[in-house]
Amino acid sequence: MRVGVVTFPGTLDDRDAQRAVRLAGHEAVALWHGEHDLQGVEAIVLPGGFSYGDYLRCGAIAALSPIMTEVVDAARRGMPVLGICNGFQMLAEARLLPGGLVRNASGLFVRKDQVLRVERADTAWTNRFDSGQEIVIPMKNGEGRFVATPEELARIEGEGLVAFRYVGENPNGSLDDIAGLTNEAGNVVGLMPHPEHAVELGFGPTTTRMKAGLDGLEIFKSALERVAA
Amino acid sequence: MALIVVDVMPKAEILDPQGKAVTRALARLGHEAVGEVRVGKRFELRVEGEATEALLAQVREVAGEVLANTVIEDVVGVHVVDDAAAPQQVSR
Repeated sequence: MRVGVVTFPGTLDDRDAQRAVRLAGHEAVALWHGEHDLQGVEAIVLPGGFSYGDYLRCGAIAALSPIMTEVVDAARRGMPVLGICNGFQMLAEARLLPGGLVRNASGLFVRKDQVLRVERADTAWTNRFDSGQEIVIPMKNGEGRFVATPEELARIEGEGLVAFRYVGENPNGSLDDIAGLTNEAGNVVGLMPHPEHAVELGFGPTTTRMKAGLDGLEIFKSALERVAA
Repeated sequence: MALIVVDVMPKAEILDPQGKAVTRALARLGHEAVGEVRVGKRFELRVEGEATEALLAQVREVAGEVLANTVIEDVVGVHVVDDAAAPQQVSR
């Protein structure tokens, strides 16, 4: 099946995301921010990077780009959409996911192999995991701290919209250790860590063996199986 | 020509690491009187003609929808600046 990966000016991990899609056994379709054509894809990945130089706010200008009009429409119709890092920030700016992402509490850019707990194993992008399963995904960001008003946070927790939580020390001050969210329908998922960097032996996070982590691949396989089913 | 200024600040309940860093630097320089610094943004919108009430309403809408993300920020001011007094961009 065809999975679109959108490139914006300043996107960094589009090629990595395309590669992850291919390693998951499917066709990666490059989509361009300035166009309205989704080229008949059945799922969409918004990859990481620093779109528009993080001007205004991270993901803010990208969320207003021509392709995002179509992405938002498709997401509302139920198409699986995954936002990684800057892509998660875009989904929050586009209000497809609640809350916002601001500068890390430490003020520092954080890069580490991060243990996450899968809180929701029934979304389009997490259905190959078990609920409560711990996975290792690399993270690398300066503005990954999830925030929301107390009322919004209560709604997020009440409706079970937390898809992933940080395990161990909270790396960036995110409320409730939130690393990723899903929408109510479960087709839109956003997370700060980078699953596309945990898809190939020798190039992934260090788990029981050096650079052997492949947990990210399951995320790319998930959506695809659900759509195929 | 009129100049409309929009001021945006991070919400009070959201930690402002940038402001904290400036606060610490000022303390280091001996400015103990300064208790806390918070850092926001100022947007200057130069518009053709007069800043009518209709135009201001349009700017307030843009401020709330684009210039600020009201999930994490507040628009704390939208006001017209006397154009003669405003700093002009030097034309080249």
